[in-house]
Amino acid sequence: MKHVISVLVENKFGSLNRVAAMFSARGFNLESISIGETEDTEISRMTIVTRGEDQIISQVLKQLNRLVDTIKVIDLTRQPHVERELLLMTLKLSKAVQHEIFELITVFKGKVVDIKQKSITIEVIGSPEKINTTIDIFRPYGIKELARSGAVAIHRGE
Amino acid sequence: MHSSGQTLNGSEIFFECLRREHVEYIFGYPGGSLLKVYETLHDVKDILHILVRHEQGATHMAEGYARATGKPGVVLVTSGPGATNTVTGIANAYMDSSPMVVFTGQVPSSLIGNDAFQEADIVGITRPITKHNFLVKDVRELAITIRKAFFLATTGRPGPVLVDMPKDILNSSCVFDFPETIDIRGFKPTFKCHINQVEKAAQKIAKAKRPLLYIGGGVISAEASEELRTLAIQQNIPVTMTLQGLGAFPGNHPLSMGMLGMHGTYWANQAVNKCDLLIAVGARFDDRVTGKVETFAPQAYKIHNDIDPTNVDKNIKVDLPIVGDAKNFLATLLEVMPEKRENREPWLAEINAWREQCPLTYSKEDDLLRTEFVIDEVSRQTSGNAVVVTDVGQHQMWTSQFYTFLNPRSIITSGGLGTMGFGLPAAIGAAFGIKDRPVVLFCGDGGFMMNVQELVTAVHNKVPVKIFLINNSFLGMVRQWQELFHQEKYSFTDLGDSNPDFVKVAEAFGCKALKAENPESARHAITAALAYNDGPILVDCSVVKKDMVFPMVPAGGSISDMLLARLNPKTMV
Repeated sequence: MKHVISVLVENKFGSLNRVAAMFSARGFNLESISIGETEDTEISRMTIVTRGEDQIISQVLKQLNRLVDTIKVIDLTRQPHVERELLLMTLKLSKAVQHEIFELITVFKGKVVDIKQKSITIEVIGSPEKINTTIDIFRPYGIKELARSGAVAIHRGE
Repeated sequence: MHSSGQTLNGSEIFFECLRREHVEYIFGYPGGSLLKVYETLHDVKDILHILVRHEQGATHMAEGYARATGKPGVVLVTSGPGATNTVTGIANAYMDSSPMVVFTGQVPSSLIGNDAFQEADIVGITRPITKHNFLVKDVRELAITIRKAFFLATTGRPGPVLVDMPKDILNSSCVFDFPETIDIRGFKPTFKCHINQVEKAAQKIAKAKRPLLYIGGGVISAEASEELRTLAIQQNIPVTMTLQGLGAFPGNHPLSMGMLGMHGTYWANQAVNKCDLLIAVGARFDDRVTGKVETFAPQAYKIHNDIDPTNVDKNIKVDLPIVGDAKNFLATLLEVMPEKRENREPWLAEINAWREQCPLTYSKEDDLLRTEFVIDEVSRQTSGNAVVVTDVGQHQMWTSQFYTFLNPRSIITSGGLGTMGFGLPAAIGAAFGIKDRPVVLFCGDGGFMMNVQELVTAVHNKVPVKIFLINNSFLGMVRQWQELFHQEKYSFTDLGDSNPDFVKVAEAFGCKALKAENPESARHAITAALAYNDGPILVDCSVVKKDMVFPMVPAGGSISDMLLARLNPKTMV
């Protein structure tokens, strides 16, 4: 099953590489990985989305913990958490479909971030599942380019 | 000795830190990026630098030293090719959990990333084969980085750590400050085992009718042999050991069952098959031990103690995981063992029947020299008291079968990585660390050539290592697999036409050399070699070509598929 893992690491060069390299060296699935500084500038938070059976996930967690630059590893999957991903997507634009596109943007609570004669760039924020659906729905209109941030996730407050 | 508070350059700081880490030997090779370090080294008298002839040799020497003494081995090499030549040795130390600190020179900081002369991204290259590694970016970080490197290499599960030092860092100066204590927030190994888990283990052990201790190298690195011995004898539990665990329990004790696994003893593997409780301590259920995991110890409740949590439930799902130091585990276990326990005599009788049914033997009928005889004879003549180093292959497996290891830190061998070429430099390194016991090397003719250059290091330093070259003019283990599983197609394993005259080779290096061609001459040569301490000595033992190591569990097979002797390959599926 899908797991969302939050990892606090030392904010040093090579930390991301160590984690990514460990996943490939041990043959673990890595769906997405994102990293950014936290409130403490010496610490970065990584959000990793992976898939596997419980025994594999347990190895993933232990192998992450084993890295010296890793400070804390939390499997958020079975805990209350919020998970978001950002999608930036440029679509072909024509008079014939522009109304439909604008309606769909409203449905997905997206924003228009750039618009030209023949193209429109939108942003959508949501769970990775919502982003998948968004892409599926817009695909027939002609996607020129897209970029996904990978998921970021955090515990829900108490 | 300089003190904290003085202004020193990077090279001086380097040696000051090594002094404080009680380093006796550096195994190294100079080069452009390290010129400042070697300039400082010129006047260092209290740390001995051993000049190797290839950087790979330095890493294996450092590992041999580390495994023999328990102290971290130290390597010093230059940037680029010097650094990349250490890769195999680092990977070897990583797989076998040996404490080692490798210092590499690096091109000046300003040139890093520019494809400068003798530049290699050694930190990037060695990330997956080190416990951790560092690139020093500021001379003020040098002392604390070295402190961290030694701490990481030796704490918890030991392993190699690499420190990459750019040339400008070694040339620039700062106020020297050596931190006495160290705290790495991402590195907190669990030493103390959870008491509830240990108590549960004690209950299980007391109630087991057919228990078996499965002991790995973790018991040796944790210095827990004494506790193991007490537990096994007090509880009357048979002990089987992995290749790296040999010597943790005395091989001549009736409870010792020798090695388990692919080339383990018949009775040890039968015991694994039939035991109702398996107590794994400091072992990692390697595929050479388990064979097919689904059929490994099928009737057993499995307890697994290991200092590294990633080893638990990695290859085999266990019933009772206990993370912590092996010494702590065994000592705590002894404290909480209930007074009453099951009678194990019927179990031991069953094991002894297996032992009698299929003992370890070899042919003595002809006058041909066999590897087993050489090892057996060295074992007898050294009374099991030598530090035995091996290379990789058939002779290595025969060493596990025919040398009777009595003490921990007595076998030094490349287990996990299986590095041919490990033996000679590792034996030299071991001999630097151990002066009161003979250091013996068993090495095949294939592996010997892989680091033969280190014979110079042994001769130059008068290292009294006794080299038994097990010369069958073949890559014997590959030949064995070719015979058994690859239709006898001996593809590129016959070295008979291309091997040099090893006696002449040794003599050209200035090494004393003898030749043994039958059991009688081998016996005399062994006696002579053990008596010679004025430098290395090589005995070229011409052994029969076609012998194979048995028993053998084919790779991925169940223990019940064990081959006990040479079979007609056509009858095997």
